[in-house]
Amino acid sequence: MRLKLEKRQEPSLLMLVMTPILSVVLTMLIGIVVFDAIGIDGMRAVTDIFLTPILASYKWQDVAVKAAPLVIIALGLSVGNRANVWNIGAEGQYILGAICAAAVGLGTGSGGVLVILAMILAGMAGGTVWAAAPAVLKLRFRVNEILSSLMLTYVALQVLNYLVSGPWKDPNGRNFPATAPLLPDQMLPILVPGTTIHLGVLIALILPFLFWGIMSRSVFGYQIRVVGAAPNAAAHGGFEARQTIWASMLIGGAMAGLAGALEFTGILHKIDLGFPSGYGFTAIIVSFLGRLHPIGCLIAGIVLAVTSVGGQLAKTTVHIPDSTAGIFQAMMLFFILASDILVRYRVRVVRSPKAVVAGE
Amino acid sequence: MTSAAPRLQLTGITKRFPGVLANDHVDLTVLPGEIHALLGENGAGKSTLVKMIYGIMQPDEGSIRWNGLPVVVTSPKAARRLGIGMVFQHFSLFEALTVMENIALGMDAMVPARELEAKITAVMAQYGLMLDPGRVVATLSVGERQRIEIVRALLLNPELLIMDEPTSVLTPQEVEQLFVVLRQLASEGRSILYISHKLHEIKALCDTATILRGGKWVDACDPKQESSRSMAEKMIGGNLKDIQRGKVASFGAEKLVVTGLSIPGDGPFGTALKDISFRVRAGEIFGIAGVAGNGQNALLLALSGEEVAKDHAAVTVDGVKVGHMPAKARRLQGMASVPEERNGHAAVPVFTLADNAVLTARDRMGMVRMGLIDSSMARTYAGEVIEAFAVKATGPGAFAESLSGGNLQKFIMGREILQKPQVLVVSQPTWGVDAGAAAAIHQALVDLAAEGSAIVVISQDLDELLALCDTLAVINEGRLSAPMKVSEAKIEEIGLLMGGIHGEGASHAA
Repeated sequence: MRLKLEKRQEPSLLMLVMTPILSVVLTMLIGIVVFDAIGIDGMRAVTDIFLTPILASYKWQDVAVKAAPLVIIALGLSVGNRANVWNIGAEGQYILGAICAAAVGLGTGSGGVLVILAMILAGMAGGTVWAAAPAVLKLRFRVNEILSSLMLTYVALQVLNYLVSGPWKDPNGRNFPATAPLLPDQMLPILVPGTTIHLGVLIALILPFLFWGIMSRSVFGYQIRVVGAAPNAAAHGGFEARQTIWASMLIGGAMAGLAGALEFTGILHKIDLGFPSGYGFTAIIVSFLGRLHPIGCLIAGIVLAVTSVGGQLAKTTVHIPDSTAGIFQAMMLFFILASDILVRYRVRVVRSPKAVVAGE
Repeated sequence: MTSAAPRLQLTGITKRFPGVLANDHVDLTVLPGEIHALLGENGAGKSTLVKMIYGIMQPDEGSIRWNGLPVVVTSPKAARRLGIGMVFQHFSLFEALTVMENIALGMDAMVPARELEAKITAVMAQYGLMLDPGRVVATLSVGERQRIEIVRALLLNPELLIMDEPTSVLTPQEVEQLFVVLRQLASEGRSILYISHKLHEIKALCDTATILRGGKWVDACDPKQESSRSMAEKMIGGNLKDIQRGKVASFGAEKLVVTGLSIPGDGPFGTALKDISFRVRAGEIFGIAGVAGNGQNALLLALSGEEVAKDHAAVTVDGVKVGHMPAKARRLQGMASVPEERNGHAAVPVFTLADNAVLTARDRMGMVRMGLIDSSMARTYAGEVIEAFAVKATGPGAFAESLSGGNLQKFIMGREILQKPQVLVVSQPTWGVDAGAAAAIHQALVDLAAEGSAIVVISQDLDELLALCDTLAVINEGRLSAPMKVSEAKIEEIGLLMGGIHGEGASHAA
């Protein structure tokens, strides 16, 4: 008896939907086993991480606010991933988005709708510029965008450190490395009074549908899909690879920058050394867990936000570090990538053939 | 072992794949010293059968007897130990290594270099397979590369040599040389299983033919007693249609003019285009013959616009200079193309037929409005193509990869032809396509020409070009010979041009 992989005649739509769900369930099961093995109440830990944030209504606002940047960044990354362009540096583009928004906010010193809009646009521009660098390097010098975009994240971190410890340090901030808080009329409006749910959450709810329309209906979306699925066919159909790489990198940067600007103006209201919280990296998982589909990104973004919120919850209930959530998120990515093979192949149990030596 | 026993006897061989019965109780008997043809259309199950003989796959049912004894061939290595050698259609050679190094790498056992070289030289001398063991493979012609594979197989002293479509890449002269070697091998008592669909070759070479259709054994016959037509009809299981051509006495205006087109080579072994010039008039079918790898691919890309020339006037369509235009702009000028590779170049396997229709027909067939794709238009157009070209598919929503090669090729050809292009450039239009589909594709090309389009057919199948084209030129190492009228062309001359021997002044087209 052995297991055999057989190519399916057509990719399985059922598996396309089932494998992300399967990944989450498997992650939960393994979590229970591992926690029990090291002497922690596994059932309680996994319940707190995966279920409590959904069941307890007072946690919903946290989930919404955490999901928003994940969804927005993942939407942009999915465009690139569809075209086989691998932007790993969304975290840096997210930081630049916040820095550029802060530059506008600190520079104008006044508030209002136009200033907020200018801050958001500046954030998108900052993310775009940060993503343009790997695009230029790839197209001009054939530098691998995975490496260059990742390394630029660390450059962005240093820029942030320099700004908040030096020129932008709040003179009234008791010498903490942080910018001065935004003026109240520079902040994004709160949508639900008494919560932290800001305008960015609504944007994160609308954008997936916009992206869905673009990716499935427009010539541009077709171009992205065909370049990713069959680059030679794309060339034959008259789509230029360079233009596609440009567009998908810049969209990824713009979305990450947007997320950074919204996070800054919507919830944190200042930039300090703790501002980069890994949304840019977690969004890579969201993108794949969501099957590179805009609506999938929305759902996966919520799932990942649940685990982040739940991780903090588990810290107080079963006393595990909140970075445990990161392990769970990574495990989900591992399972989704590994189970991808089930979409194109089916597993069959075959009896091993009787061994007969040739030439008998 | 008894000498009276057949060399190889297959009984009731059956092989199933998910959704397909590739071989259905196939019988085959090959006698010692016999050249046995295995004949059938693409998808008839020839390759599957041969893979089971050579140990690449195992049959689900049935038995294999080798020299009278039952065997299970567990691997190609086991097959070679039994005395079964195989020369594949696609060679497995390292271009950067020498002939000798390539042969040494393919040996099952370690043989000292000097001993191996002596053996190679002996085998080459015995069969007149002339090759310098020190030559780097990249510098060899396809025919010479095939000789390496044959020598490699002969070094193991096989009693049965399987040849998979060996002549598809050879010039007519090289085919003759190969036949001399194969006849000599047979006269020594070795058996040869010769897979092909070229009927005149089988008539000239083979003693017996086994015909497969749809995975089933159809007939075993003596090809010398049969006509090519009767064997073809057994292969396709029906009557063969002849191409219906109207009598075109004269051609119209020049539609496609290529003048001094040059494209630099890609990499050290890539073949560039050098100073290519030719003209195709309305109603004319212009054939470009040549052995694989002599610049056909580069020529197609240069004509389709996937590769652009610096010189605007290098390519003109209806008098409009398009040399600098990319693919999309050329299509709008009325130039359509079909590249050789279906999967991933002419079509996207993981897209539906409707989405594949969008790939090249979106602008000419009005599928785009304000940057958005009108998917109902795409579905309708894909449906029209399926209908007009009798494509076997579940509908416009079928994935391209779910179609058989021939059906996908019909869809791709139909997608271009229904756009009524002024100029259509196709490469290997019937490669890997069954005879019925090939006839339909040929007829569609003839009909399009009759409506006043200019057609360029790039093909390695000389028979196809001779049957289809009005004018013919030969491409060799990126150069195009002078065009000749097919009605006046001599096959020997074409063969020499394919082998790279240009006649006086033939290297430049008129």
